[in-house]
Amino acid sequence: MEAEAGGTERGRARDPRRALGRLVQAVLCSRGEANAVFDVLAALQSEDQEEIQEAVRACSRLFGALLERGELFVGQLPSEDMVMAGSQGAMRKYKVWMRHRYCSCCNRLGELLVHPTFQVKELALGTLMKFVQLEGAHPLEQPKWEGHYLFPRTLFRVVVGGLLSPTDDQSLLLSQFREYLEFDDVRYHTMQAASDAVAQVTNQQPEVSGWPPLTFWNNAFTLLCAVSLPLQEQDLSTFYVKHVELLDKWKVTHLREHRKVFQTMWLSFLKHKLPLSLYKKVLLVMHDSILPHLAQPTLMIDFLTSACDVGGAISLLALNGLFILIHKHNLEHPDFYRKLYGLLDPSIFHVKYRARFFHLADLFLSSSHLPAYLVAAFAKRLSRLALTAPPEALLMVLPFICNLLRRHPACRVLVHRPQGPELDSDPYDPEEEDPAQSRALESCLWELQTLQRHYHPEVSKAASVINQALSVPEVSIAPLLELTAYEVFEQDLKKKGPEPVPLEFIPAQGLLGRRDDLCAQFFTLS
Amino acid sequence: MGKARPRAARRPAPRAPAGARGSAARANPNPFEVKVNRQKFQILGRKARHDVGLPGVARARAIRKRTQTLLKEYKDRDKSNVFTDKRFGEYNSNISPEEKMMKRFALEQQRHHEKKSIYNLNEDEELTHYGQSLADIEKHNDIVDSDSDAEEQGTLSAELTAAHFGGRGLLHKKTSQQEGEEGGKPKSRKELIEELIAKSKQEKRERQAQREDALELTEKLDQDWKEIQTLLSHKTPKSEKREKKENPKPDAYDKMVRELGFEMKARPSNRRKPEEELAKEEQGRLRKLEAERLQRMLGKEDESVKKPKHMSADDLNDGFVLDKDDRRLLSYKDGKMNVEEGVHKELSRETGSHGNNEEESEEESGHPDSHSDLGPSAESGEEDEQPQREQGQTPGKRLRSDQHTPEAARAELPYIFAAPESYEELRSVLSGRSMEEQLLVVERIQKCNHPSLAVGNKEKLEKLFGFLLEYVGDLATSDPPDLKVIDKLVVQLYNLCQMFPESASSSMQFVLRDAMHEMEEMIETKGRAAFPGLDVLIYLKIVGLLFPTSDFRHPVVTPALMCLSQLLTKCPVLSLQDVVKGLFVCCLFLECVALSHRFIPEVINFLLGILYIATPNKQSQGSTLVHPFRALGKNSELLLVSDAEDVATWQRGSLPLHWASGPRAPTAAEANHTRLSCLAVCLALLRHCTVIYGTLPSFHAVTRPLQALLTQHLTDRSHPHELQELFQSTLAEMENQKQLYRPLLCEKSKPVPLKLFTPRLVKVLEFGRKQGSSKEEQERKRLIHKHKREFKGAVREIRKDNQFLARMQLSEIMERDAERKRRVKQLFNSLATQEGEWKALKRKKFKK
Repeated sequence: MEAEAGGTERGRARDPRRALGRLVQAVLCSRGEANAVFDVLAALQSEDQEEIQEAVRACSRLFGALLERGELFVGQLPSEDMVMAGSQGAMRKYKVWMRHRYCSCCNRLGELLVHPTFQVKELALGTLMKFVQLEGAHPLEQPKWEGHYLFPRTLFRVVVGGLLSPTDDQSLLLSQFREYLEFDDVRYHTMQAASDAVAQVTNQQPEVSGWPPLTFWNNAFTLLCAVSLPLQEQDLSTFYVKHVELLDKWKVTHLREHRKVFQTMWLSFLKHKLPLSLYKKVLLVMHDSILPHLAQPTLMIDFLTSACDVGGAISLLALNGLFILIHKHNLEHPDFYRKLYGLLDPSIFHVKYRARFFHLADLFLSSSHLPAYLVAAFAKRLSRLALTAPPEALLMVLPFICNLLRRHPACRVLVHRPQGPELDSDPYDPEEEDPAQSRALESCLWELQTLQRHYHPEVSKAASVINQALSVPEVSIAPLLELTAYEVFEQDLKKKGPEPVPLEFIPAQGLLGRRDDLCAQFFTLS
Repeated sequence: MGKARPRAARRPAPRAPAGARGSAARANPNPFEVKVNRQKFQILGRKARHDVGLPGVARARAIRKRTQTLLKEYKDRDKSNVFTDKRFGEYNSNISPEEKMMKRFALEQQRHHEKKSIYNLNEDEELTHYGQSLADIEKHNDIVDSDSDAEEQGTLSAELTAAHFGGRGLLHKKTSQQEGEEGGKPKSRKELIEELIAKSKQEKRERQAQREDALELTEKLDQDWKEIQTLLSHKTPKSEKREKKENPKPDAYDKMVRELGFEMKARPSNRRKPEEELAKEEQGRLRKLEAERLQRMLGKEDESVKKPKHMSADDLNDGFVLDKDDRRLLSYKDGKMNVEEGVHKELSRETGSHGNNEEESEEESGHPDSHSDLGPSAESGEEDEQPQREQGQTPGKRLRSDQHTPEAARAELPYIFAAPESYEELRSVLSGRSMEEQLLVVERIQKCNHPSLAVGNKEKLEKLFGFLLEYVGDLATSDPPDLKVIDKLVVQLYNLCQMFPESASSSMQFVLRDAMHEMEEMIETKGRAAFPGLDVLIYLKIVGLLFPTSDFRHPVVTPALMCLSQLLTKCPVLSLQDVVKGLFVCCLFLECVALSHRFIPEVINFLLGILYIATPNKQSQGSTLVHPFRALGKNSELLLVSDAEDVATWQRGSLPLHWASGPRAPTAAEANHTRLSCLAVCLALLRHCTVIYGTLPSFHAVTRPLQALLTQHLTDRSHPHELQELFQSTLAEMENQKQLYRPLLCEKSKPVPLKLFTPRLVKVLEFGRKQGSSKEEQERKRLIHKHKREFKGAVREIRKDNQFLARMQLSEIMERDAERKRRVKQLFNSLATQEGEWKALKRKKFKK
């Protein structure tokens, strides 16, 4: 402090480094100079980010060295006043005192994790993680028994708490943190600390509506997503904290335990009422990065069913998760197909997730053991909807319907009913929500017949497939899923027509055409 | 004897062509010369090419050829001069001597003739009279008068000829007569001839002198005449005429003959056809075009062209195809090959089932008629409808209609315009001119650069189409849009398009791609697009005017339809302008399918949306609304008119198109009126849809939401009376469409043939042909093989040449040696005799 006071404003930028370096050196050299630690810690409180960075580096050097030397008190930390007042040896007093400084330093670093400048955050994170490593190697707790697994949980909780800040967007920092998650022990403890932190934050102000804020959820989600467990049972031996030997009885060495913690983490996260945007994100990763790693995937059923009732895109995404549960984990869900059926409305051809929807629908309906009435209802409903679809969607949905008919020969009556009576009206009931009651099997796909007269040649061709007996192999719709109108347009342009280009033989008379043309009827030029 | 035979056989060989040579030799084979290559085994299918040969003959032929070519060259190797014989056909053995002589004679004659007529420019053939050239006669006309000694000359020449060519008897007679007259001594033949020559020379000289005198005199006379002429010219025209007549002048007949020679031969022309016939032809043409159009509409064209693919008998017919190649079974129907006419059949069956078949076909086939019917009705209208009627019948006459532009404009403008090289050029030419002038300029550019006039004009006019399009786009985006000019320019575009369909379609495609690309970008960045400017709409309209919209697939129209579909699905309706634009797009769309009656879901959706935003008391039924429209939101009541006064004052009218382009702030009343007009247009379009889609099998499924909305509108009674009626009639029409749902049936497919294990047949290739590779590989191998063979042959030939030369050289040396030996021997001989003689003499002396 004195050195800083003497320095000019200009010299400040360079000086602190030297000054702090000297202080650190002094503390490390002689215990008599220990009070200089306060100066270093004071620099941590500074406003100037350069200074803070210097101070953080100095702390890292100082406490790193102290940790390695074992000059910090080991065991349950007694309160400072008691020790100072007590009559223990000076060495013990020094160690306790230093340990207290270390604690305050760590707390301050934890606060710095939400500093507005990214450099400071990054540096603080790096320092904390270094402390974690050193503390793990030189534990500040007494091992209770031989081979007791020790990990600086308190310190690590500080780190995770800082990462899951309710106020700041920590996505950048989290991406930095991601590299630590490669280590098995860090991952294990992160999962534990994260579930604690989520519980803690949500319990802080439960009465305030809108708490916790969106940023917190986003941070938490980013962190949770970053955790990825290995799929196969293998040696979990990449540890951040170096151990002489890994004992088999440690929980952290077993994937099973990891899975349990993983499951607790997600369940504790998902039991809260999430914002809608987060719902989508969670559901998007649900099927491939959450469900396979859970110890008991069926525990997700509550979340998925509640998501399924939200409607729209979220329902669809939830269906994907549900489908996996049904398919792989023997879950009973009687209303699954009914819900899927309910999702079919005209907007599915226009929304962004069209490709995903049809990919999933194709997956859901791929079983050949589905009852015929169900498939018929789907086919009929889809062809009804096709009457409002744009050509690019039609090019996809028509083969889709034909595939359904191919898979289920019992449904072929929809396009081929030899001795059927002529009807006055379509027996199919579009308003009915239950596919079983929709009477689709009694109907025919007249909609496809209508679409044979669609203005686009490809659509017309695709719809004409039903005129012939359907061929056996299915048409893959995968390449058609992402088809956009622009691509269709380009294809049309590229297609070579007859040479020469046919021309209109009725000569043009003007912009609006003849008098009886529609445009001339309803529009005037002036 | 052995030698004599081959020579005889050899003789015809050089004359006969290569192929005939063998047969000629075989016709008279010498059994000792024939060499037979015996075949050890008979192999089926092998062609033995060298089983029989005549090696002796062949060798002799080769040697002869070498002596004729190689040996000659060898002998001439140190010579620099060449003797070329240019006599016709001297070395051509194909021509018989008689023919040769004939040809030579003809050539000579020709040469002679050419030389004579080298200055004769007028006629290629000479006209003759009694074997004399008419031209010659004319030339000598005046000379004949002055030369009175023509006959004498003739006799003289006769004398001469007689003297020269052995007319002895005649000559004798004459000489005897002369002898008698002169009584002189008899002259020798030589003297006689000399005398004759001298005489004729003298005469010639005299004649020449005389002619020169005459020439001199005439010249003098001419000069004198010229001097007097000035005096005479005014006073006595008659005398002058007489004088002129005196000039030697070809008579009327000659003149006539020459004139006739120059005159073009008249050819029989086409009969001028009466009006009815012309009309009938036109109708026939239109009918043919219409039939073609129909065929394209059904999309049959490409199928009929496609070759039916063969299917093997082993085909399992399980529909398994390797590469998405949808081949069909070959089947026959009514004796005709039945190749994929799915669409057509379906269509006809379906229309037939509803009993509307005749109506529809009548409507379509009757189309050209309806246009010709258009004539009289238009004629009864205003005067300016006249040109339009003309166009209705003949597109070729279209250009003429523009010539009604004022004469004043015509006078001001230059007549020749260069075709613009860039758009700026065209713009600078057109900008600032009035509408008529602009049209005139464009027309003149077209005329000045008609492709028949110069080579590069085609490209220029092709470019002009693109520039005009761009200009139209500019006019449409300007404020206020110059739609009148566009209206007229469309005609020019049509004409250009008729001339250059390829380039017109490609530039149209370019414009469309541009518009689509812009929209796509907007969708990618914002997730939705705004309705484009008026220019894009006008381009789309122009597409519909230039190209047939009813084709099943068309390189320009199909993309344009995609573009229209995008406009209706991706652009949310945010303002009244958007409504107008959207309705215009709907109109375009429906016009495009006016003939083909194809189904357009987008239009129905859009009209449904328009109806929805005009609905006053909405009930919850948002699920049927489709994308660009939202059930709730700030634009969900865009077309709602609440002001009762405006409702009362509204009058139905058509929407002005320029309204769609620029932003302007209409008064509330105007806006309300526009809203009602939009609604009216929407309803009218719905009615149109009802009419054309009435026959669709799922018409009711399509119109169900519309019907719901319409009834909702009807219950609310706030609309003006006229609109109410429209609502009512539309709804009634929709409900009246009776529909029978008959179950779908697949076409009966051919029964699957039984699996037959017929052997796999491989094409039997010719022997010796390299097999089992691709065509190119085969060709390559063949060429390599050929090259190898040729190379070997060439090497062999060269070797034989060398042998031949060596032989020749050897024989030369031998000959030379023999000669030398002979000479030496001779010398020795002479020396020996000399010696002998000398010895004998010596002995004699000695004896003595």
